[in-house]
Amino acid sequence: MNIAVCVKQIPDPAVPGELDPETKTLKREGKLILDDSDAYGVEMALQLADTAGGGDVTLVSMAPNDEVSGLRTALAMGAAKAVLVSDPALQGSDSLSTAKVLAKAIERAGEVDLVITATESTDGYTGTIPAQIAELLGWPSLTFAKQIEVGDGKVKIQRQTEAGYDIVEAPLPAVVSVTAGVVEPRYPSFKGIMAAKNKPVDQAKTADLGLADDQVGWKGARQKIESIEAAPERQAGEKIEDEGDAHERVVAFLEQLKVI
Amino acid sequence: MTLPKVWVYAEAADGKPTSATLELLTKAREIGDTVEAVYAGADADAVAPQLGEYGATKVHAVDHGSSLSGVVGGALLAQLVADQQPDLIVFAQSYDGRDALGRLSVRLDRPVLTNGNAIDVNGDTVTVSTAVFGGNTIVTTAFEGEKPYLAGIRPKSFAAEPGGGGAAEVAKVDNVDVGRAGEAQVLDHHVEEQEGPKLEDAEVVVSGGRGLGSAEAYEPLVEELAKVLKGASGASRAIVDAGWVPYSKQVGQTGKTVKPKVYIAIGISGATQHMVGMKGSDNIIAINKDPEAPIFGVADLGIVGDASKVVPKLIEALKAKS
Repeated sequence: MNIAVCVKQIPDPAVPGELDPETKTLKREGKLILDDSDAYGVEMALQLADTAGGGDVTLVSMAPNDEVSGLRTALAMGAAKAVLVSDPALQGSDSLSTAKVLAKAIERAGEVDLVITATESTDGYTGTIPAQIAELLGWPSLTFAKQIEVGDGKVKIQRQTEAGYDIVEAPLPAVVSVTAGVVEPRYPSFKGIMAAKNKPVDQAKTADLGLADDQVGWKGARQKIESIEAAPERQAGEKIEDEGDAHERVVAFLEQLKVI
Repeated sequence: MTLPKVWVYAEAADGKPTSATLELLTKAREIGDTVEAVYAGADADAVAPQLGEYGATKVHAVDHGSSLSGVVGGALLAQLVADQQPDLIVFAQSYDGRDALGRLSVRLDRPVLTNGNAIDVNGDTVTVSTAVFGGNTIVTTAFEGEKPYLAGIRPKSFAAEPGGGGAAEVAKVDNVDVGRAGEAQVLDHHVEEQEGPKLEDAEVVVSGGRGLGSAEAYEPLVEELAKVLKGASGASRAIVDAGWVPYSKQVGQTGKTVKPKVYIAIGISGATQHMVGMKGSDNIIAINKDPEAPIFGVADLGIVGDASKVVPKLIEALKAKS
């Protein structure tokens, strides 16, 4: 079974983000890392391919400046290869443009039975890309999976709902988005890290995918950032050190608020 | 300023519109001359009275059968748009709302603005505002290009207030072209027993983070305190990622937004990712070992201490009072 996993390479979330005053988009010039949210999808794909008794796990990514450091992390975990789309024309791309690029990149990855994505990226978090990719490919989408099984040409998931979960099934090929915590991502081994350096990364430009420049980037986004403002700040209140009786202060506060 | 026609993508559970749907209808009344709902579900007649009470004059409905509701809802919207010409369609940033929004944006080839917490109409310009960087920055973006504009709004962005309208007229649609997407079939529903109120609706929310030390500490500290206060339990992304609790409990940017009367953060440092989901709470209490934790910067009451010591005493004191 061949699986494509969409992965995003993002600025380190531990470092405070910054907007470019000129373009009004998130600054992404620095080193990028594999989005934590995507490590679950990579791990899930590796396990499913293993259970199925073989097949390739291919990473699909769109990133500025031919960035590969995040891809190398996922390749070190065990993915076989990657398709990376990098093109200055993609700057300013919104979720729909991004989905168009990823859908084309998935087609470029060859015969694929299953596409796995995270539910949303950590930095952009529009949360619509899994459904958009599925619609572009003309495939079913099974979103918010907390468990996945594949067999008999079908994929079956436990789909997170407000009340609990639903069992949802669809014939392959299909797109599945996985929630965080669904599996425990492996740490790349030293051998994996060494092997990752020589794994193939197929680098493509927008034109290689058959997409016109006005379908992506600023033109494709069809939106304009009007303003960026500081939100009203919340003031810190009282802060006390616990000396064995801090719970009493909490009780008093809750009483004052008439919660108890 | 108003738009001629605003549509709300409606969702319901147990025959009742979700609170996010009612919030969107309330907002739609303010920015639209005509407000209509679009709904995928077999029980449109049951939800129509309340949709009407909150502002919808009509509900376009389709029975999604055993297919996913958002997938069928997106296809229904795509089918109706050419004829009905709505100016703006708003969706709750929910599980099914995101399915519908994503699918529709491709079918219509329209961009989406998502995670909004405000939507404004100014002449011909429609903007959506989104909180970024943990809610310390607000980015306001205007739609360009052809209508309808498509917006995803985070639940709890607006208050829900009835407008006093009568039941919405139900316009049922029988045939919707869902394509292969309809092959995803719901085989079974599992309802997880939940004590107390829902996370989004609770007056008190108690959340736990990495500072709890272990997955085993969540139940006796976080869930127990929530139970004693008749509230709901939540979590930071860190412990959801670690697999301690399910994604449905996650409060934050990539999780839920909550605005309870009291939010109690236990062992949560206050990463920007978390703050954006709870900063709008009326009152915040934080319990954390690290005096420098950013969560204290937004807390009305901060306790610098060990959660495993403070919280059991707190639970005991509260139990003694009730």
